[in-house]
Amino acid sequence: MGRQGRWLKRFALLAAVSLVVAACGDDDGEAPEDFKFGMILVGPQNDQGWSQAHYEAGLYVVEQLGLPADAMIVLDKVNTADRPETSIESVVDEMVAGGAQMIFATSDDMKDGIEAAAAQHPDIPMIWSSGDSAWADGKGYRADLTNLGNIMGRMEYAKMIAGCAAALTSQTGKLAYLGPLINDETRRLVNSAFLGARYCWENYREQDPSTLGFEVKWIGFWFNIPGFTLDPTQVTNEFLASGADVVISGIDTTEAIVRVGQAFAADEAVWAIPYDFRGACAAAPAACLGVPYFNWGPSYVDAMQSVIDDEFEATWLWLGPDWDDINNPDTSAVGWVSGEGLSAEASASLDDFIAGLGSGDIELYRGPLNWQDGSVFLTDGEEATDFQIWYAEQLLEGIVGASAAE
Amino acid sequence: MKRLRSAPLALAAALGAIVVILFAAGAPPLEAMRVIFEGAFGTTDRLGATLMAWTPLVLAAAGLLITFQAGLWNIGVEGQIAMGAIGAAWMARSVEGPSLVVVPLTLIGGAVFGAAWALIPAWLRTRFRVHEIFSGVALSFVAAAIAVYLIIGPWSRTGVASTSGTDIFDPRAWLPTIGSWRASPVGIGAAVAAVAAVLVLLRGSRFGLRIRAVGRNAESAHLLGIPTQRYLVAAFAMCGALAGIAGTVQATGFHHKLVPSISGGYGFLGVLVVLLAGFRALWIAPIALFFAAIQVGSTQLSLRLGIDSSLAGVIQGALVLVVLIVGGFQVYSAARGPVVTGEGEA
Repeated sequence: MGRQGRWLKRFALLAAVSLVVAACGDDDGEAPEDFKFGMILVGPQNDQGWSQAHYEAGLYVVEQLGLPADAMIVLDKVNTADRPETSIESVVDEMVAGGAQMIFATSDDMKDGIEAAAAQHPDIPMIWSSGDSAWADGKGYRADLTNLGNIMGRMEYAKMIAGCAAALTSQTGKLAYLGPLINDETRRLVNSAFLGARYCWENYREQDPSTLGFEVKWIGFWFNIPGFTLDPTQVTNEFLASGADVVISGIDTTEAIVRVGQAFAADEAVWAIPYDFRGACAAAPAACLGVPYFNWGPSYVDAMQSVIDDEFEATWLWLGPDWDDINNPDTSAVGWVSGEGLSAEASASLDDFIAGLGSGDIELYRGPLNWQDGSVFLTDGEEATDFQIWYAEQLLEGIVGASAAE
Repeated sequence: MKRLRSAPLALAAALGAIVVILFAAGAPPLEAMRVIFEGAFGTTDRLGATLMAWTPLVLAAAGLLITFQAGLWNIGVEGQIAMGAIGAAWMARSVEGPSLVVVPLTLIGGAVFGAAWALIPAWLRTRFRVHEIFSGVALSFVAAAIAVYLIIGPWSRTGVASTSGTDIFDPRAWLPTIGSWRASPVGIGAAVAAVAAVLVLLRGSRFGLRIRAVGRNAESAHLLGIPTQRYLVAAFAMCGALAGIAGTVQATGFHHKLVPSISGGYGFLGVLVVLLAGFRALWIAPIALFFAAIQVGSTQLSLRLGIDSSLAGVIQGALVLVVLIVGGFQVYSAARGPVVTGEGEA
């Protein structure tokens, strides 16, 4: 082989390598221009709460991955009251027919529908937010649904912060929790808020923890459905009438902060803590102590990137805050933004509390802790496992309210 | 003949109303109507979804036609649908066996519960002269409350108290479907049979003649020897049974569980369908299809055009208003002209 032949060989090798590199280019983090995804919301996309947090995460995904503006196919108010003719399965069918290559079903309420849809579309990766279908050790594990993953934020920490802020501010020592429906998720969030409140009542306010009142009332669903749930505004009124001066919301929408904001404007010493959405304090800033919120964007970007890279796996992710900066929009799955209603003194104590949670110096799910019925949850010094926290069997001792259907 | 003359005018007015509403909502009217039509009929699956909504609507409307002809405003049909669903859910949850056994039992359970619930306003009307509109509205609230109680109470999922619904029924209790179609041929067959039965009943039977006589003038009918109260009760029971089957379709054919809003508003929508149909059985099926198509197809307004699909409700309400106004105008015109008879027959 002569000199020309060697050059020819080198050229051929270079060309081959170039082709391989070029072929891999699409897999190198670049989303195809026609990539679309479906976003199924249980409530209105502008509810200033749960659904808006998901909707804005979808916008974040579009921005971060450089997708076209119409890449997100959204359908909001997907629930039996607002759309009686619509099922999750049919919505997924429509989104897939519209080109969606990935689906986000964003409510606990969508469990039956998204599991059925995942079985019907095994080639379409899906995320059921807040679910446990992909948790191999979980109670609801569905090994057969290899295209359905779960993402949830460790809201427990942000709820602890919320409870602490409430205890640091309360003048009456009576805190109220506006609960949605009763299940494992809502029980663990109420428990977390209670633990945070009790800790701060005892350690920063230097009060006897047994003197802290903490009551929860459940409306029956994630948001108000007239005729089928209790009216959250009315429940908030009842809380205020009973002497509670901080209302912590656990529902998807803003009734608590709106109603408390009206009372605050009438010079009543009452405050509220909304939920879910970073901007939720805007409904009544002066009466707002802060908001524990979900930041779904980064985890949704990761999930979608895995689909683009053809590396999607149905995993169960329970993502905590970025303790270096719990409000970092690119790294923290949950966060807390203090509101105008939080005093400077309370704010300083709260910062200390947050630092303690982040460093691990404050571990609130450590025994001794009892369930509401007096039975032992954690023995002295015992720390709860993820399983024990996720599947909270009851409310904790010291909380007034129903642990299960009465 | 009068309907033939009025139909084009009403249709034109209805289409005009749709265009105005879509225009006001910022939607390109023609494109939006095309999207709705494709969303309802564009594929076989979409047609199935439309028929899924059509089925309970036709069943409710067919039942309402009987009570309307008896001179009754059975607004409580929503509650009768809900109670039918509860009856079907009870069967689905408590009876184990092959589909051939369980499915008929759910249908019978739904019909019996719906009819029984309808007998309450019948009793209040015939015994205490309580108007069925008031008792019907109240009983619909009670039925919804019972459904909620069952869902968050005795029939709740383990460890859960949520109005999300009960556990999914055993698939053997589901209404059977074919392929990927969500609409069940059993449900569709029941709806078609209901319309045919009501048509025969009201047009071709002595019973129907007497029902209509009671509806036109109960006192005269009574003087002519017709046991009016018995006919009123029968009308309520038949409507309740059909509404109960509609509830069964909703529970075992669509949701596959009991949910609080199980009636889906098909009872109230059924009232509008019957009004638009001019109380004629043959018109119920196509008008219900039109309503179901708007309801199902309008989901595409959100998905493809980014328009709030609650616009469908506005369109439906406006359609009824427009057609009633056109009808009223024609009645007014007719009253000033030659007398026209034969309107409003089944």
